[in-house]
Amino acid sequence: MSMPRHLALAIALAGAIGPARGDVAALKAPKLGTPLKPAEVSKWDRTIFPDGRGLPPGRGTAEEGRSLYAAKCASCHGARGEGATAEDLIGPPKPPTPDNPNKTIGAYWPFATTVFDFIARSMPPAAPGSLSGDEVYALTAFLLSANGVIKEDEVMTAATLPKVKMPNRDGFVWIDVEAK
Amino acid sequence: MARNLSENDLKPVAGGGLLDRRLLLKSGLVLATAQSVSTSVGADEVDPSDPPWQRKTGGPFTTYGTPSPFEKYVIRNIGGNRTPAGDGVSWTPLEDLEGIITPSGLHFERHHDGVPAIDPALHRLVIHGLVRQPLEFTVESLLRYPMQSRFLFIECGGNSNAGWHEEPIQRPVGAFHGLVSCSEWTGVPLAILLNEAGIDAGASWVIAEGADAGLLNVSLPLSKLVDDAMVALYQNGERIRPENGYPLRLIVPGWEGITSVKWLRRLHVTDTPSMTRNETAKYTELLPSGKARMFTFVMDAKSLITSPSPGQKMYGADTYEIRGLAWSGRGRIAKVDVSADGGKSWAEAHLQDPVLPQCFTRFRMPWAWNGKPAVLKSRATDETGYVQPEREVLVKERGRDGYFHYNAIVSWAVDEDGEITHVYA
Ligand code: HEC
Repeated sequence: MSMPRHLALAIALAGAIGPARGDVAALKAPKLGTPLKPAEVSKWDRTIFPDGRGLPPGRGTAEEGRSLYAAKCASCHGARGEGATAEDLIGPPKPPTPDNPNKTIGAYWPFATTVFDFIARSMPPAAPGSLSGDEVYALTAFLLSANGVIKEDEVMTAATLPKVKMPNRDGFVWIDVEAK
Repeated sequence: MARNLSENDLKPVAGGGLLDRRLLLKSGLVLATAQSVSTSVGADEVDPSDPPWQRKTGGPFTTYGTPSPFEKYVIRNIGGNRTPAGDGVSWTPLEDLEGIITPSGLHFERHHDGVPAIDPALHRLVIHGLVRQPLEFTVESLLRYPMQSRFLFIECGGNSNAGWHEEPIQRPVGAFHGLVSCSEWTGVPLAILLNEAGIDAGASWVIAEGADAGLLNVSLPLSKLVDDAMVALYQNGERIRPENGYPLRLIVPGWEGITSVKWLRRLHVTDTPSMTRNETAKYTELLPSGKARMFTFVMDAKSLITSPSPGQKMYGADTYEIRGLAWSGRGRIAKVDVSADGGKSWAEAHLQDPVLPQCFTRFRMPWAWNGKPAVLKSRATDETGYVQPEREVLVKERGRDGYFHYNAIVSWAVDEDGEITHVYA
């Protein structure tokens, strides 16, 4: 059965306020986690936040991205990003409407950092993680520019990418958790 | 054929011939059920009172049992997937199963880039971020922690999405609604591990990441994970199957399936979501207003009739047992109402024990079918008072472009020949 709510909270907070009173499981729990040093953590940490935390060094432009896209992405997403066996990636930079419920990057995605994160971790499917930082910046720049979100010559880096304002940034309502 | 029914038993409690659910408690009662169309092989040559397998030593012992060869058609339906091969789904054949537990080998799958072949000796779970001490756990070490078990459904946020289509899809119920399954999950309450790392006061989110190709990632509120999440190692008594997250799966009770991250390798404690692709571009629901619902974690109450259902057949006017499943991400199922006249009148179905929170509940209803066309529906109410909506109501509220979280009442039409089709009614 699930742990009573107050008990579970007490356990989680125990780090700050001492062991939870009366919780046998937590008291008996062996402490078998191996401490990690910051350098070890950074080997694991792949999180990228909308404010740019976690973005790696590197740079790229749409022009560099175009040829990479043709070579490594177009076979599944279409030569012009119109979609083939996989999703369309290019559309107008206008939030969706009932007549045009478009969910492509320029129309729907609220954060530019998400494009980088997803390409870096998941694409291409046969060799995820194979693209260099520069390549991912270039592909991200290409997709953002092709979607009409940034200009063709804008350089994408850890500093510039989080500043890109996506057209549908405010298009979402949080349902099961309070928005901050 | 139904047997041992008195005239009194056959007094309907709602339109279309629905009978009192208490009838199911009567001893010696035999009801008819809708049947999958099947063929029996060699039935003519064998005398069932003296079949050949009674006259020689049976088969050998086996190290790991498998279903009878006669059940070889009870399989996950792998349909409609795009290339590449790793991206897609397989469906649980709900119409072929009984009770509330889904056999592990029939648990639905939704993978984004295939099933990783993980060697447990090389797998780690790392907890870091806003913690006092970042930690790394081996699988072997996690097996030594205090554990808990819970019977829980897992439902994909995209389950039943054909319900948004303009025309009712005609498929067996599992190939339409079968991205939901129910297992006994056993593992370590996540609160214990978070406690060991020591959560900082400013923490409010956790980003969970899997060890599949593509490192699937989602952001989850810390409060829910502390409340009732677990790091599961066992499913239905045995170690989790590879396609369900071996060796570790995060289990987040009642929330959309993508939050129960398979092949869990990392929990990043933070103060903000990462806004991953699978919580922005996908698993959000575009509304008619142009705004989209986001972080729609809870799977609302849902029910459906598994027998009779499309692909099965009713054999003539008789007293049948209607069978179905109900579940809610918000807690226990409080009741299931069934209608045999397209929703004009309803009667309460019998809920079979056990009725557990965030778990499949099996319901049953006796029905005297007069052989005339009928429309069957089921409607779940959970313990919070939430009532499963009619399709019209859901579509009015959400439009038809949301794709995820379709939980409307399901309608099956039975015609005079006993054929069953999916209808919007
Ligand atoms: C073998 C086919 C294939 C190739 C090659 C490929 N992709 Fe993909 N891509 C997919 C599939 C399939 C998905 C959907 C994955 C899922 O549902 O999890 C996808 C999803 C995406 C998405 C998210 C789309 C959305 O709307 O959610 C982006 C962005 C993307 N790919 C970019 C790329 C880039 C950039 C490349 C080239 C480096 C690339 N892809 C190469 C198959 C491919």
